[in-house]
Amino acid sequence: MAVLVYVEHPEDELSQQALTFARALGEEVRAIGVEGAAYAPAGFAAAIESVVAQQPYSAVLAPGTDHGNEVLAHLAARLDLPLAANCVSVTLGDPASVTRVRWGGSLLEEARVHGAALLFTVAPHAVAADAAGVGFIETVRADDDPVKVLERVSTATAGVSLADADVVVSGGRGVGSSEGFAVIEELAALLGGAVGCSRAVTSAGWRPHSDQVGQTGTKISPEIYIACGISGATQHMAGCKGAKKLLAINPDGEASIFASADYGVIGDLHEVVPAISAEIRKARGA
Amino acid sequence: MNILVCVKRVPLTGGKMVLTDDERAISTRHLGFTISPHEECGAEEAVRLVEQHGGSSTVLTLGPPEAEEQLRDMMAIGVDRAIHLVTDGEEWDPQATASAIADAIRAQDEHPDLILFGNESADAGNYQVAIRVAYTLGLPVVNGIKALSVDGGAVRCEQEVSGGRDVFVLPMPAVVGVLEGINLPRYPSVPGRLRAKKKPVASSTPARPDARLEMVKLTLPPGSGKQVEVLGTGPEAAPAVLSVLSELGLV
Repeated sequence: MAVLVYVEHPEDELSQQALTFARALGEEVRAIGVEGAAYAPAGFAAAIESVVAQQPYSAVLAPGTDHGNEVLAHLAARLDLPLAANCVSVTLGDPASVTRVRWGGSLLEEARVHGAALLFTVAPHAVAADAAGVGFIETVRADDDPVKVLERVSTATAGVSLADADVVVSGGRGVGSSEGFAVIEELAALLGGAVGCSRAVTSAGWRPHSDQVGQTGTKISPEIYIACGISGATQHMAGCKGAKKLLAINPDGEASIFASADYGVIGDLHEVVPAISAEIRKARGA
Repeated sequence: MNILVCVKRVPLTGGKMVLTDDERAISTRHLGFTISPHEECGAEEAVRLVEQHGGSSTVLTLGPPEAEEQLRDMMAIGVDRAIHLVTDGEEWDPQATASAIADAIRAQDEHPDLILFGNESADAGNYQVAIRVAYTLGLPVVNGIKALSVDGGAVRCEQEVSGGRDVFVLPMPAVVGVLEGINLPRYPSVPGRLRAKKKPVASSTPARPDARLEMVKLTLPPGSGKQVEVLGTGPEAAPAVLSVLSELGLV
């Protein structure tokens, strides 16, 4: 049998990872893209369903992106098959065995999936994309469906986007107030980085949700993440595990964030962060 | 306008997860409970839409008897009534969950115009219950929504994408999965909590079908293996921080 991969964007790393994951399953891989004037979740799923109907597949998979998970959930509902979202490992069979992420990656679930074909999405960064390239991708046309993108409203973004920033400086509950973020903003600006925050901060209304790093906020992958006054709840850590280096500044040396940190400073961010900014200015001779 | 919002009781996890002895759940001996963050925003959105357009809101959960606590929490912020599909605490897979929710919606005298879900639950993160409910009921659905408005018989939904927002317009009745950030949920007031105690909860006990996505056990991912290097205490640590930033080529 063969496996079918829905390739969302051939140039996108997560689609390439899904292809790499599919090739490792040891069966013939057929890759398809969906061509449509506008994204339409049900219309895209219907197009994939028509391909699935052509021959038996042991698995149908997609990258575990917003759209990948949405389209596969539609496909699963149409085919009345179970769907295992965000898998890190898969063994085909009936039942198939999968390991998938829960709690944004803070827990793993081992599960058996009972269905004629295994529908699943690949958790981001479960594998590294191999050098084999994307290969041949067939395109199918999306079915017409009224639930489709009717227009795109562009949103102006000022400065570095949180998701793409090489440096992120975040503040947590320890910042104490919206005004308290001035020191965080200053350090972020000196390093050409973006400002982030924890969920406690957005819940308190100190910063907009667009600044939130976490399981239900933005997932970041900077070269260095500077977390100030953040305790390290799993909700937050799920958003910053992609950071290459983590520097935690917290007055509580027992705070759980230090278990995931490369560097730590024990102290009050209101004293430590301005001192770091001053040190940077001094080094730059300004 | 009648709005139904579906929520799930989940543990309020702290910094470290500990599993139960049977490795099928998180040990909650020292934890409180809440609902998934996306769903808190779904409930807030339901209350706001009723404030704007009139009608009534209902919160539904499938969960153990203790999940009534979460239903009361949502009624304390202004949801009018609740539906509790009571389980024995065993986990239900997404297909079983969706099917029980769809049955409960069909059994209502008045069908909702809008059914709100969180984009995915905080714990299981299956990303599919809203979509399965929509298919079972034959309704249009869109997930991942960061802004929503109702105009006439349609709901306008915005999905955040790189560089902008994609707009969908769904005729109602419709199903919408929302994301945290669509609003800032209010905190329940004391009078709200008192009113919530008197609001009606309709309970039923659906039978759990066999799981097709069958959880075998949970495991903790391997630790980061990191050993933190403490650079110092207080502002005196700044020069050591500068060396780290210099090594990374930032200064």
